[in-house]
Amino acid sequence: MAPVPMPLRNPGFLPRHAFQALFDALHRRGWRVLGPAVGERVVHFAELASAADLQSGLGDVQSPGRYRLGLSDGPRWFDWTVGPDGLKPLVFPPREVLWRAAPAADGRLHFTAEPPDAPRLAVLGARACDLAGLALLDRHFLGDVAFDPGYAARRAALFLIGVDCNRSGATCFCASTGDGPALADGYDLGLAELDDGFLAWPGTAAGEAVVADLPLTEASPTHLGAAAEATRGAAAAQRRALPSRRLASALYGAMHHDRWAAVAARCLGCGNCAMVCPTCFCHGHCTEDGAGAGEAIQVREWDTCFDPAHSRLHGASVRDGVAVRYRQWVTHKLAGWHAQFGRSGCVGCGRCVTWCPAAIDLTAEVAAIVGETGDD
Amino acid sequence: MTRPDLPRSARVDQRVVESPTIFTLRLAFDDAASDAPCAFVPGQFNMVWLPGVGEVALSIVSDPADEHFFDHTVRRVGRVTTGLDRLRPGDRVGVRGPFGHGWPLARAEGNDLLLLTGGLGCACVVSVIRYVLRRRQRFGRLVILQGVRHAEDLIWRPQYEAWGRAPGTQVLLAADAATRDWHGAHGVVVDLLDRVRLDPRRTIAMLCGPELMLIAAIAVLRGRGLPDDALWLSLERNMQCGHGRCGHCQIGPLRVCTDGPVFSYAAVADHLGVHGV
Repeated sequence: MAPVPMPLRNPGFLPRHAFQALFDALHRRGWRVLGPAVGERVVHFAELASAADLQSGLGDVQSPGRYRLGLSDGPRWFDWTVGPDGLKPLVFPPREVLWRAAPAADGRLHFTAEPPDAPRLAVLGARACDLAGLALLDRHFLGDVAFDPGYAARRAALFLIGVDCNRSGATCFCASTGDGPALADGYDLGLAELDDGFLAWPGTAAGEAVVADLPLTEASPTHLGAAAEATRGAAAAQRRALPSRRLASALYGAMHHDRWAAVAARCLGCGNCAMVCPTCFCHGHCTEDGAGAGEAIQVREWDTCFDPAHSRLHGASVRDGVAVRYRQWVTHKLAGWHAQFGRSGCVGCGRCVTWCPAAIDLTAEVAAIVGETGDD
Repeated sequence: MTRPDLPRSARVDQRVVESPTIFTLRLAFDDAASDAPCAFVPGQFNMVWLPGVGEVALSIVSDPADEHFFDHTVRRVGRVTTGLDRLRPGDRVGVRGPFGHGWPLARAEGNDLLLLTGGLGCACVVSVIRYVLRRRQRFGRLVILQGVRHAEDLIWRPQYEAWGRAPGTQVLLAADAATRDWHGAHGVVVDLLDRVRLDPRRTIAMLCGPELMLIAAIAVLRGRGLPDDALWLSLERNMQCGHGRCGHCQIGPLRVCTDGPVFSYAAVADHLGVHGV
């Protein structure tokens, strides 16, 4: 998935002072706009009423086990790298009611599907890694094996406005997985931010209709050159990498490596890495009391392979320690996904490194287990 | 499947106590008149929902020709199975399924069948036994080897005795810990293979039970000349969605609920018996 070369993007230029036109075009089509905002001391997506809600100078500083907001005096709105949330919660909510059950007068059980809550949302600031992650979730939830109607409804109601990353955080490694920092695919409308405005180009027919409503001027060679140089610079600044993009046989050949026990000595088994991962999809089903008399609801909630109950069978856990649970997380994502989805499940966003309370670095652990080259 | 996967209401028709901790529920769909009754292949499983408590994956032990009911044999272990044990005729459960791939019965036609199971692992082949005995002329010899840890864990003893008297059928039982009235062998089920005549060119083996037992049995059967594509096993993992979506039942890159639960040995050989997979 190579980035779309700049001439093929054929972008126009949207001056910063005219950015409200994008909000207007989206609102006219019935999309609420989610964009970058500060909440709980991170950059996350929240509803923005207008371009005036965009905060200039918003940024962050990330390292293993550490995230801090950073504010600068600059004019830019998208100098942050990924916060903990990304796109996953928008299509695959942490908690969702699947169906309700209640007994009828004759004793039969009556089951009713819960209609999915699928608001029309435009996401302003989707990153290349997260779009790659969303494409993987699409393969999982919309595939022949496991089609999910709720996911499908929420996904169809999304309009995705991608923004090239001009900056990499210290935990970013999307260049090595081939998923960023420039937008490649999966967006309706692409943007590249410059000091005085944006390059804007459509990625889908829906995006073309929105672009047609924007007061674009011709992009100058200077604009095009600056945007290309910015993503090249962001890629070159990355200091972490996955040693290989095809790790399946190397990892399956290292199931008994000493490193699994070594990482287990540091890993808390908390599952933070899976919660913030844009592609982790494990979920559990549980039954709860509903509001009506005798009513029960079947709820689906995020789960992780770090929970001992995840592999419970006949009262015991198949994966009975942190070492084999961490190994499951890594081997599924980097090895099992190749057979299941045709590629690695890692898009290089670096969230698992930033949000690990023990500062465990996936790229370092994988390098220690398979060596530097893998089986590329 | 593009619609939500809703359970169907099913009524408990009969409850049979098999042992102090094992029971069988015979279920019938409430909407059977308007819908397909319960089409399944032996070896497939259902997700059975106990109202207000939760779902559990259960093998179907009846024959698919029994169109108006289906049986689940359950060991009382956790919250849901303990609740299922309290159900009585007329009570209701929700049922989703059937899920997964069953045993390769079409392929097995014309061949001898060897069924080797340990513990309640027998549940997932009982449907095969019933299937074969009702269609006896389509299959060759039927060899049933069943092992239990304690003699009193053996359920369906009269059934095994009856099956053993059927034409072309051999039944051998083994218990690690025998009791005075135990007529079977004393030891592990895999050792029973020494007492069985096998034609490796026309035998399909169907195995179910603890993974260490499976590995030991496969080693013996390969040693006796059975090719890998004649070895089939049913595996168990935590199951929640039944659609390969929830992630719980993975063994390496395999999803037990959609790729299995019945696998050819070749498909799972690399992952079998690796601790914590």
